[in-house]
Amino acid sequence: MVVAEDIPNPMMGEVVLVGEKNLIGEVNRISGNRVFIQVYEDTGGLKYGDRVVALGRLLSAELGPGLLGQVYDGLQRPLEEIAKQADSFVKAGIRTRRLDHEKKWRFIPVDNPPRKVVGGEIIGKVEETMVVTHMILIPPNISGELVYLADEGDYTIVDQVAKIKDPQGRMLGVTMVHEWPVKTPRPFREKLDPEEPLITGVRIIDFMFPVAKGGTAAIPGPFGSGKTMTLQQISKQVDADVVIYTGCGERGNEMADLLEKFRSLTDLKSGRPLMERSIIIANTSNMPVAARESSIFLGVTLAEYFRDMGYNVVLIADSISRWAEALRELSSRMEELPGEEGFPAYLASRLQGFYSRAGKVTTLNGKTGSLTIMSAVSPPGGDFGEPVTQKTLQAVKVFWALDSELAYRRHFPAINWLQSYSLYIENIAFWWELNVSEGWRSIRENMLGILREEDELMQIVRLMGMGALSDRERAILETSRLIREAFLKQSALDFKDAYSDVRKTFAIAEIIDYYRQYLLEAVSNGIPLEKALGLNIGEEILRLKHLSSDELAGETTRLKERIISELSELQRPVEAQHG
Amino acid sequence: MAKSVRYRSIVSVNGPLIIVDNVQGVKLNEIAEIDVDGETRIGQVIGIEGRAAVIQVLQGTTGVSIGRSYVRFTGDTLKVPVSEEVFGRILNGLGNAIDGGPNVIGEKFDVNGYPINPVTRLPPRDFIQTGISAIDGLMSLIRGQKLPVFSGYGLPHNMMVSQVIRQAKLLRRQEPFAIVFATLGVSSEEASFFRMELERARALDRTVFILNLQSDSTVERIIAPRVALTIAEYLAFEKDYHVLVVMSDMSNYCEALRELSLARGEIPGRRGYPGYMYTDLATIYERAGLVSGRNGSLTQMPVLSMPDDDITHPIPDLTGYITEGQIVLNRNLHLAGVYPPVNVLASLSRLMKDGVGERYTRKDHFEIYTRLLSAYAEGSRNKELSAILGEETLTSEERKYVRFTEVFEKRFIKQGAYEERSIDETLNLGLEVLSVLK
Ligand SMILES: Nc1ncnc2c1ncn2[C@@H]1O[C@H](COP(=O)(O)OP(=O)(O)O)[C@@H](O)[C@H]1O
Ligand SMILES: [Mg+2]
Repeated sequence: MVVAEDIPNPMMGEVVLVGEKNLIGEVNRISGNRVFIQVYEDTGGLKYGDRVVALGRLLSAELGPGLLGQVYDGLQRPLEEIAKQADSFVKAGIRTRRLDHEKKWRFIPVDNPPRKVVGGEIIGKVEETMVVTHMILIPPNISGELVYLADEGDYTIVDQVAKIKDPQGRMLGVTMVHEWPVKTPRPFREKLDPEEPLITGVRIIDFMFPVAKGGTAAIPGPFGSGKTMTLQQISKQVDADVVIYTGCGERGNEMADLLEKFRSLTDLKSGRPLMERSIIIANTSNMPVAARESSIFLGVTLAEYFRDMGYNVVLIADSISRWAEALRELSSRMEELPGEEGFPAYLASRLQGFYSRAGKVTTLNGKTGSLTIMSAVSPPGGDFGEPVTQKTLQAVKVFWALDSELAYRRHFPAINWLQSYSLYIENIAFWWELNVSEGWRSIRENMLGILREEDELMQIVRLMGMGALSDRERAILETSRLIREAFLKQSALDFKDAYSDVRKTFAIAEIIDYYRQYLLEAVSNGIPLEKALGLNIGEEILRLKHLSSDELAGETTRLKERIISELSELQRPVEAQHG
Repeated sequence: MAKSVRYRSIVSVNGPLIIVDNVQGVKLNEIAEIDVDGETRIGQVIGIEGRAAVIQVLQGTTGVSIGRSYVRFTGDTLKVPVSEEVFGRILNGLGNAIDGGPNVIGEKFDVNGYPINPVTRLPPRDFIQTGISAIDGLMSLIRGQKLPVFSGYGLPHNMMVSQVIRQAKLLRRQEPFAIVFATLGVSSEEASFFRMELERARALDRTVFILNLQSDSTVERIIAPRVALTIAEYLAFEKDYHVLVVMSDMSNYCEALRELSLARGEIPGRRGYPGYMYTDLATIYERAGLVSGRNGSLTQMPVLSMPDDDITHPIPDLTGYITEGQIVLNRNLHLAGVYPPVNVLASLSRLMKDGVGERYTRKDHFEIYTRLLSAYAEGSRNKELSAILGEETLTSEERKYVRFTEVFEKRFIKQGAYEERSIDETLNLGLEVLSVLK
């Protein structure tokens, strides 16, 4: 925390340069002639009397072609560029461009340019990568008459591609790039209800606790329970147009690993390297704390920008707790009154503000875009009662509760099925009906019911042993075992099963549910459970997850036939005896 | 010019901190020299409040006098000289020789280092053999990883750590390997134990020994791991060594951090530890890694004691959030006579999958690991049930798993403190104990 005096007309949130190295800072509090500055870089070497220069603008992101495939720090400095200037280490006071101003892009104007344009309007496009077309937008705060639009050609992002006469008659030049203050949400026309699920390829998520496109989800858990693995797995397989991954105050090696994967793995849909549809923001735990705070804002601003082009964007933040802790550290250095656990009183409203930037919207140009936010939460001691977890849960609609017990047992993903929830079931039910099957909701509820019953039965077992259970109850336990082992358990490291498309997910769920019905019926007809289990149908179901959805179709049909014929075979002599 | 200015304007002394008023041109993090009746102590500027500088004194403030002591500012940050001559040497927490020899001469490096740029990191790969089956087989140490030991008071972590230091090696012998060992706040008995162990194994000549004792100042304890890591970074990234840094006991480091924070009048966080402890620990642990274009690697094995064996205590908790797994020692196993008492279910090496298998250890390594672990998990669960409900409630299959856990603990986990097992021996032993299940 740096305190400066006598800055003329300081502005809250204004960017300042501090000291001989021109460290980047931001005005955080103004009190009389004193201005409190949070410095985004290492403050070593600052001294009393150092100069502070106010730049007259807010902390902003630079938006335009060249963003995709970049790895930025929390201040949007390209880390590759920093590596060129400072070898392998990040040092304070390094200045870089945020986007390449020299590179030429092929600009293709829209076919029938409108005469009048409003902010957010699309005036052209650049094929930025093989998978993402970068729409060139009029900056949101500009409108007027379009008096010039460049022909197709190669332009840098700072070349003029359009001219607008604003209502006051001023001529405004428009380039392919514009600035947007990161702490201000970008405008849109209208918020829409999310109704389509975001498919992640993770069964327990897609089937049990889904998140909608434009929704919000949090994944809290103690260390080692699988937050990062799950979020990274999602970032690789999710059906989104653009993925923005913010590593906020976490491990450097994880970022290196992610980067390597994004470069070497290809997108399921396009077959192109994942990096072509991604941006990584890396502000690791040993990089300056204040930039942790800005990294989250930078991430969400970049995400909104691509949403405004009409894309489905996913923003992943690992971990939002480190962001909250950065707020706490900065707040305590400003000697603000601490609230719960030392966090500032505005923690809840900041978190709300962040998550509320998610949504499915009609953009200013009339397209539909969505921004889905998923964040890890790292509660101290794994205690979900702590403020960041609680306030996050207030703000988000999906809760994936990680459980260290499951992780110890190496049941991955270690998402606890009794604690987790999704508030999007109603929203997306129709999508399932239309695209997969009408059975989704009822099978889902059956499965969750069985899992709850298992929990109750296990309490009895713990007191009195398996012997206390009836055959029906043991049949329930057999089904719940299959749900857990054949369906919920899905290793991110198993290349045959890490991605489960909705057809595969549904097929496994359906066959388990089918088996459950027949098994319970057989037992209620007096068939000893041992005999039914002796058919080893469960073992066959356990093997299904290693098949592709095409291979599965045949297998499940065959299994269904086996279930009917062999289970009813067992019942025949019993019925005969009864008769 | 500023160098020659001597300030007699000390206005406050509080714990390890002094405040000097009316200073000029003093920079944050700059080193100051404090003259205490002819003895020169080192301090670091940790805050500038108007014209006053807040200095933390590395050797403590006992004897500092407001009237008599004076302060000079050096204009330089805290640095340590490094060269390949550090091998076999014993240094204190500030990097000065304490083995009777001359101080190390070499290029001076800032002890705080710089954060490794994430894009120049290479993901950790390849295996370091400790010769301890529990670790090598089930929670392998990977080059560039930070893998801590979570212990408790009275558990044999010193023995285990010295075993690691004595036995650790790379499988391809021609690659240069070095150990930097820093004790943090240990007793002098512990210090001489470690020294004897190293001498006995003739391991000193590939080792740099940094000794910070209980009796050394709080501030020196804060600096010591940074000195160790600065030396290690030099060896790894300038001289191509694969360096293993062992630091014990990080809990003493955290206590020192808490003490300093309270002295600075900061608002304490969870259980009195400062709110920035996560970040502070990260600036230590994140110095592990591999950097592209350099041949060496820096691997860390910090050791800490969990107060009251509580893994949710802030020290293990914040550590676990930063490190890439943990090796957890368990009191019950220790009482049952199992050395090393590693709780394999609570332990984990997150990077293991990238550093074992055909290329690094053996093709069947990961599979043996998975089978051992799931059998042990199963057996432990059955054992719990049988403890509640009686053994007769278990099926014969379930009893087999219980039997497995016993054999596994006694034959696979348990090992002599001077017994070194190659990874081949470890994996064969794994297969052997698995045959109990047949
Ligand atoms: N979905 C998963 N599939 C397979 N292994 C997993 C999965 N989730 C977690 N793990 C295991 O747990 C370890 C820790 O997971 P990680 O995501 O890094 O935890 P966190 O971010 O919660 O601290 C991983 O290294 C891996 O061994
Ligand atoms: Mg993580």
